[in-house]
Amino acid sequence: MSRLRFDLGWVYLALGYTFIFLPVLVLVLFSFTSRDVPMPPFEGPSLEWYRRIFGNERMVHALVNSVTLAGGSSLVATVLGFLGAYGIARHPTRWEGLMRYLIMAPITVSYLIVGMGLLVTFHVMGVPKSLWAVGAGHVVINLPLCFSIILAGLGEHQRNLERAAHDLGASEIQALLRITVPVTLPSILAAYCLSFTLSWDEFIIAFLLTRFEVTLPVLLFELLRAGSSPELNAAGSVVFCISMSVVLVAVALTLGRRSSRA
Amino acid sequence: MKRASPSGSRSSLAKWATAPTLLWTVLLFAAPLAFMLMVSTWKRVRGKLDPVWTFDNYEKIFSKSYLLDGLFNSIEVSLTVVAISVMVAYPLAYVLAYRVPARWQKLMLVLMILPFWTSYLVRSYAWSVVLGDNGIVNSTLLAIGLVDAPLHLDYRRGATVLGFVHFFTMLLTLTIYANLVQINPSYRAAAADLGASRLQVFLRITLPLSIPGIMVGAFLTFVITMGDFITPQILGGANELLLPQSIILQIQRATDFPMAAAMSVLLMLSVTVAYFALARWLRLDRM
Repeated sequence: MSRLRFDLGWVYLALGYTFIFLPVLVLVLFSFTSRDVPMPPFEGPSLEWYRRIFGNERMVHALVNSVTLAGGSSLVATVLGFLGAYGIARHPTRWEGLMRYLIMAPITVSYLIVGMGLLVTFHVMGVPKSLWAVGAGHVVINLPLCFSIILAGLGEHQRNLERAAHDLGASEIQALLRITVPVTLPSILAAYCLSFTLSWDEFIIAFLLTRFEVTLPVLLFELLRAGSSPELNAAGSVVFCISMSVVLVAVALTLGRRSSRA
Repeated sequence: MKRASPSGSRSSLAKWATAPTLLWTVLLFAAPLAFMLMVSTWKRVRGKLDPVWTFDNYEKIFSKSYLLDGLFNSIEVSLTVVAISVMVAYPLAYVLAYRVPARWQKLMLVLMILPFWTSYLVRSYAWSVVLGDNGIVNSTLLAIGLVDAPLHLDYRRGATVLGFVHFFTMLLTLTIYANLVQINPSYRAAAADLGASRLQVFLRITLPLSIPGIMVGAFLTFVITMGDFITPQILGGANELLLPQSIILQIQRATDFPMAAAMSVLLMLSVTVAYFALARWLRLDRM
C-alpha cells in the first residue's frame, strides 16, 4: 500500500512536469524545423528561421527597443524601490503602514488596468504614445516587487554597519553609498533582474501605449495575426535565451559575492 | 525630532528617500486610475469626449448582453481555471514537499519555473500548435488510430482554460509548496501516533493548514486570469469574448474611451470583490 502510494506520487510528478514542459519543448523543437509550418512531422534541424528573424530589420529593431526599455525601466524601478525601502526601513513614521500600502498597491491590479489608466489619461491630456509612456507603466508594475525584495534585504545587520560608519564620521550619503548599497547589492541585483525579465516580456501595456516604435512582444502579436510560422517559435526561443542569460548573470553575481565574502 | 541624535541632519536623507517613490506611484498609478474612473462617467459624442457626469456607460453595459457577456465569460473562465489549477497543482506540491528528497526540492522548483521564461505570447501560441488540426495531439491520435478525423481542440474555451491552467499550475504549486513546507512536521507525526490514518492526517491536519497557500495562489490566479488579454485572444477563437478582449475592442474598433474605462472599472471591481472575500475569509479562518 505504502509502496503503491509512493509510486503513484512519482507518476503524478512525471505527468505534471510533462504537462508543464510539453508546449515549451514543442515550441523550441519546431523553431529548428525546415518546413514552413511549425507542425509535425519534424524535418530538419535547420537554423533557417533564426537566420530569418535576425535578418529581419523590424524584428531586430523591436528586440533592441525591448531590451532598452527593460534595461531603463528596471533601473528606475530598482532605484525608486531602493529609495522607498531605505526610507521606510531607516526613518519609521506613523504613516509607514499607509506608505507601504500605497507602494504595494499596483501589485493588486491587472497590468491591463495599469495600462488603461495611463492610456486614458495620456489620451485626454494629449500625451502621444511612445516607449517612454510604456517605460513609465513598467516602472509602476515593477516598483512593488523591487521595493519588497530590497526591503527584505535591508535587515538589522546592515543597520549596525551603518551605525558603525556614522560613528566613524561618515556622512549619511557616504554611509548609504559605501555601506548600505554594497551590502544590499544581492537584493538590488535580484530586484533588477526580475524586473528586467518581467518588463521585457510584457505585452498589454506596451500594446496600449505604443504606435510606431514597438517592442518585441507587440511585433510578435502582429506577426501572429498573419498566421503561424516557425519564425515565431524561433523568436520565442530567443526570448528564453535572453531571459535566462539575465537570470544566470544575476545568480553568478550573487553567488560570486557570497563566496568572496565567505 | 524628539530623539536627539549626535548629528542633527543624520536622518534627513532617509526622511525624504521615500518621496520620489511615493510621487511616482501617486502620479503614474493612483492618479491615472482616479482619472479613468472619472472618464468612465463621460460620453463620447461625435468622436469627441464630452466631460459630463453620467452613468450611461454603465447602464449600457448592463443592458447590452454583448457587453455584459464579456464580464460573465471572464468570471466563468477564471473560476474554472482556479478550480482546475488548484486540483492539478495540489498533488504536485504535496509530492514535491513530502516525497521528493529535500536536497532535490529546490532544483525541481527551479525546473518547474524554467519553461516560463520563454515569451509569454509565443507560449500561448505553442498550445495552438499542440492542439491544432495538424498538431501534436491530433497527429498522435490519428497515427495510433484512436480517431479517424482530427478533433477540433483549438480555438474554443477549453483551449483558453488549458493555456491558463498551464501557467497557474506552476504558480499554485509554488504557493502551496511554500505553505506545505512551513507546516510543523510534528503535527502530522502526532496525529499518526494518535492512530489517525493517512487519509485522516491529510484531511484533518495537512489540508486545513495548507488552505492559506491555496487561497493566496487562487487569488493571484483569479486576478491575473480576469485581466489577461493574450491567452483568450490567441487560443479562444471567435465564438466568445472575455472582458479584456471587449475592452480592447472598445479602444481599437470603437475608440470609445469612456466605455472602455467603464468596463475597466468593472474589471477592477470584480477583482476587489474577490480580494475582500479572500481577506474576510482568511480572517474568519484565523479566529
